[in-house]
Amino acid sequence: MQRALTLYQTTVGKKVVMALSGGIIVGFVVGHFLGNLNLYLGPEALNGYAAKLHSLPALVWGTRILLLFAFGAHIGSAYQLWRRNVSARGSRYKRRKDLATDYAARTMYWTGPILLLYLIYHLLEFTILPAHPGDVYRNVVEAFQNPWISAFYLAGNLALGLHIFHGIFSAFQSIGANHPRYNSYRRDLAIAISAVITLGNVSFPISVLAGIVTL
Amino acid sequence: MADELINVTLHVWRQRGPNRPGGFETYHAKDITTHMSFLEMLDVVNEDLIEKGTEPIAFDYDCREGICGTCGIVVNGVAHGPQKLTTVCQLHMRQFEDGQEIWLEPWRAQGFPIVKDLIVDRSGFDRIIQAGGYISIRTGSASEANEMPIAKEVADRAMDAAACIGCGACVAACPNASASLFTAAKISHLSLMPQGQAERADRARRMVAQMDAEGFGACTNHGECEAACPKGVSLEWIARMNRELVRAMVKSETPARTRNR
Ligand code: HEM
Ligand code: SF4
Ligand code: FES
Repeated sequence: MQRALTLYQTTVGKKVVMALSGGIIVGFVVGHFLGNLNLYLGPEALNGYAAKLHSLPALVWGTRILLLFAFGAHIGSAYQLWRRNVSARGSRYKRRKDLATDYAARTMYWTGPILLLYLIYHLLEFTILPAHPGDVYRNVVEAFQNPWISAFYLAGNLALGLHIFHGIFSAFQSIGANHPRYNSYRRDLAIAISAVITLGNVSFPISVLAGIVTL
Repeated sequence: MADELINVTLHVWRQRGPNRPGGFETYHAKDITTHMSFLEMLDVVNEDLIEKGTEPIAFDYDCREGICGTCGIVVNGVAHGPQKLTTVCQLHMRQFEDGQEIWLEPWRAQGFPIVKDLIVDRSGFDRIIQAGGYISIRTGSASEANEMPIAKEVADRAMDAAACIGCGACVAACPNASASLFTAAKISHLSLMPQGQAERADRARRMVAQMDAEGFGACTNHGECEAACPKGVSLEWIARMNRELVRAMVKSETPARTRNR
């Protein structure tokens, strides 16, 4: 424990915590997406899947507690490092040109907080205050038939895609997972996961708006 | 790119001393041959300032050969200027156009306090090295050349990391003013070599702790350091440093108290 605490006192250790907690959340996001694919199989499939999950309270609550810890650690470390990094510059450059930073990397401290807002709204809408408790399918379709709600989900998932694109690559670096032979695959994996998750997640509101998925 | 005389306008950060207010002053460098180095161009400007009885622009240099790591100016927002893999002393005026405006700023970082004008205090780097960038060996007469076999690939990789000249451009270019690339290059270079094994775990711990204590920022893996580095030091060493530190924390037998500096 002493060692873990000492590691966490370093900037490197905080990034390791961000990488591991981010990895847990990405794992959940992938699983969550795969489960939501049941939407395309109709009301019985989606509601049945939801009922099945809730018949396993140990799984549901175990996951929730793990995620709560992961979010706390991720955001807490991000905040501490952000404070440090802001003051580390000292004085401001008049001119400063980025040579290597891509859009996703530049916007991490925007997409992160956007995700937090998105997450709170999302939980309120479907988990905490659902319009039709127990009828997940109806909740989702009715919500997405509102173009404003759908637009909000599009924006949220775009932020998610950008955040995990830089995040997955960055996490490999932070935990020191690199090898000359496999390094190029780290970007490929980041592109693949963020593309599948983003396109997959935005397909739900789009399908409802397009009338492909109906009540 | 022409072989001719050019005129450029310089906006130079002038600051009389540490903790003094600073600001930009504008100078006109006239009839500069494109064969001049950037620092030679500044020499010409300074001759002129001295003749006029004004304080010349203070900037750091030593070898002017791109090997010592003493020079460093942020030129138009890029550490060491527009040419890749080139220190500012090896940058030539042929990289600039006639009539161009050029902004000159010092490395800006909490860990590198400004001494004067374009000169910053990089003793933070020295303290990071003192914290663990050394090896313990028996000194005396030189040992047999092949006494300690080192695989070619290992020697090559260690050499790639050791190419770092300690100039600090990585800190200047990093959006967080992080010294990760420098520290990582030094930790990696020694951790790869058999001579560096004795202090390996302590080295990672102490050098990272010192890097943090100096007030440098944390890495966000943007890659600005690697792009600005005149020696092409790779981001891969930062991953290696992180691995070294985690391993040192998990595996080390050293009692916890030696860890706190
Ligand atoms: C909810 C609020 C969130 C905030 C405030 C936040 C903030 C941040 C920040 C500031 C970074 C560091 C940026 C950098 O290194 O350039 C980061 C990295 C990361 N984020 Fe998040 N994030 C949030 C949510 C998420 C979510 C939902 C995921 C996964 C789906 C995630 C996955 C990651 C990963 C994998 C990293 C890389 C860690 C590393 O650099 O080692 N984050 N986050
Ligand atoms: S890593 Fe490159 S940029 Fe940083 S100090 Fe060493 S040589 Fe200079
Ligand atoms: S003066 Fe030595 S590297 Fe530029």
